[in-house]
Amino acid sequence: MTTPTLMPYDEALGRFEPVLGVETHVELGTASKMFCGCATTFGAAPNTQVCPVCLGLPGSLPVANAAAIEATIKIGLALNCSIAEWCRFARKNYFYPDMPKDFQISQYDEPLCFDGYLDVEVNGEVVRVGIERVHLEEDTGKSLHVGGATGRIHGADYSLVDYNRAGIPLVEIVTKPVEGTDRLAPEVARAYATELRELMRALGVSDVRMEEGSMRCDINVSLMPRGSSEWGTRTETKNVNSLRSIERAVRHEIERQAAILADGGTIIQETRHFHEDTGETTSGRSKEEAQDYRYFPEPDLVPIAPDRAWVEELRAGLPELPSVRRKRLRSEWGVSELDMQAMLNAGAVEPVEATIAAGATPADARKWWMGELARRANESGTPLAELAVTPAQVARVAALVAEGTLNDKLARQVLEGVLAGEGEPDEVVAARGLKIVGGDEELGAVIDQVIADNPDVADKIRSGKVAAAGALVGAVMKATRGQADAGRARELILEKLGAA
Amino acid sequence: MSAITRDEVAHLARLSRLALADDELDHFAAQLDQIIESVARVREVAAGDIPPTSHALPLTNVFRPDEVRPGLAPDDALAAAPAVEEDRFRVPRILEEEA
Ligand SMILES: [Zn+2]
Repeated sequence: MTTPTLMPYDEALGRFEPVLGVETHVELGTASKMFCGCATTFGAAPNTQVCPVCLGLPGSLPVANAAAIEATIKIGLALNCSIAEWCRFARKNYFYPDMPKDFQISQYDEPLCFDGYLDVEVNGEVVRVGIERVHLEEDTGKSLHVGGATGRIHGADYSLVDYNRAGIPLVEIVTKPVEGTDRLAPEVARAYATELRELMRALGVSDVRMEEGSMRCDINVSLMPRGSSEWGTRTETKNVNSLRSIERAVRHEIERQAAILADGGTIIQETRHFHEDTGETTSGRSKEEAQDYRYFPEPDLVPIAPDRAWVEELRAGLPELPSVRRKRLRSEWGVSELDMQAMLNAGAVEPVEATIAAGATPADARKWWMGELARRANESGTPLAELAVTPAQVARVAALVAEGTLNDKLARQVLEGVLAGEGEPDEVVAARGLKIVGGDEELGAVIDQVIADNPDVADKIRSGKVAAAGALVGAVMKATRGQADAGRARELILEKLGAA
Repeated sequence: MSAITRDEVAHLARLSRLALADDELDHFAAQLDQIIESVARVREVAAGDIPPTSHALPLTNVFRPDEVRPGLAPDDALAAAPAVEEDRFRVPRILEEEA
């Protein structure tokens, strides 16, 4: 693999304007496949979820899954699309062993949903990404290439195919070309995929796990010289399988194409492959030799004509959409979009929401989940939501701090105990003896001793240098081995020294 | 003028993974031409206000509920495979890129 020549990003953006497009495939989370009753469980033993229909055996006939049709219409509605009055499935013919029928049932010029948009936010600005179409098709089988380079096709001696995935309902969402993103093209592509994933989750139509392939993105990029309005030739980078990779792939294509164009070269319209390890794309099959799919209306499936009343019923039943929900939570919690994005990226929005519902203040809930718990999740490589602590337990810890039983340091120890399986917060407090050094009387005695031990500092405070109190608070905390309420200690110190 | 050219037949043959000899191409091109011309007669009666038909029955919205039904036992599923390895269909290596 030769390393392509790249033009530095800033220079590339100075000379060219990128035009972006994203095609996303989302596997629907239906119980059964698109056209047969086979199960869709991920990770099942090879070829155990197959039948005559999805194996393309002679005489079998497909029947469309009602839940998949419904999910696709919901996706279309959430993406502000029009829903077709009448449309058909089509056969996409090609020879490749991942489809045993030698064709894939898809939709061609009559998508179920079309002409919508999705608003995404990048750096506080709203970018409207147009949606060209949302259509329904079936997923393909999975090939394992044996011999040659591992997993890749080139050099493989033979292929082993598992058809469990063949026939799982797959929704393809295609954007219109996105212009005017300028240097933010990589971020816009990532923000779009992120928003789309959130949307699918909110609709409950897919588990959208990019690492398991239930959401896959192909990225189209082309460049046009500044001042021109004529689009350049685009490349399509396939199966970019993480949000970060989307951003990297767009950036890389901009740098690569700019170098070729600036050198007087031409961009070949082709499929490219993204390499996670190097962040580069390499050439796949070129569009000139692209296949002639000979699409024609699928004769074995009758047309779909969604009843308008049903469509309106589905529209009325849509859940609160993620962008609307974020806006609401932002105002309810009093946080900035940046903080909200940080919580989203950390997977903290749901836990924080549940913790608030369990009685914590928004500030406390956010503090614990985005601070101590995020740190521990990070350390152990566990998703935040899968930590062994419940929102109710976090709320209880926050309450213990609020009522003065714990300070933050002790609270962290309580959380550590809960995570280690030592029981409920109150049990950990009791078992580990983690109570704050009690009432004013007990604390006052410690403070008297500290003042006696540090006469110089005490004099400074008496003479009005309130900032010096910090040193005495530190000494109190040390004397109590951290089990004191620092805020209350400070108040008492200032009171005793007549500086309050 | 013929309805289908020899080149088009060669293209279709390639797409269908059929290795046709030159004389076979001539033979099939002539046959296909006849078939297409026969079918094209429908066009003579079709007026502009009649949309093309893709389905014989005037049905729409035939769906099945999203219910799992038993499929084939693995041995049955693999019975028709050209070769089997690790419970998978073993097929010749694929020269084209992943679709
Ligand atoms: Zn099946």
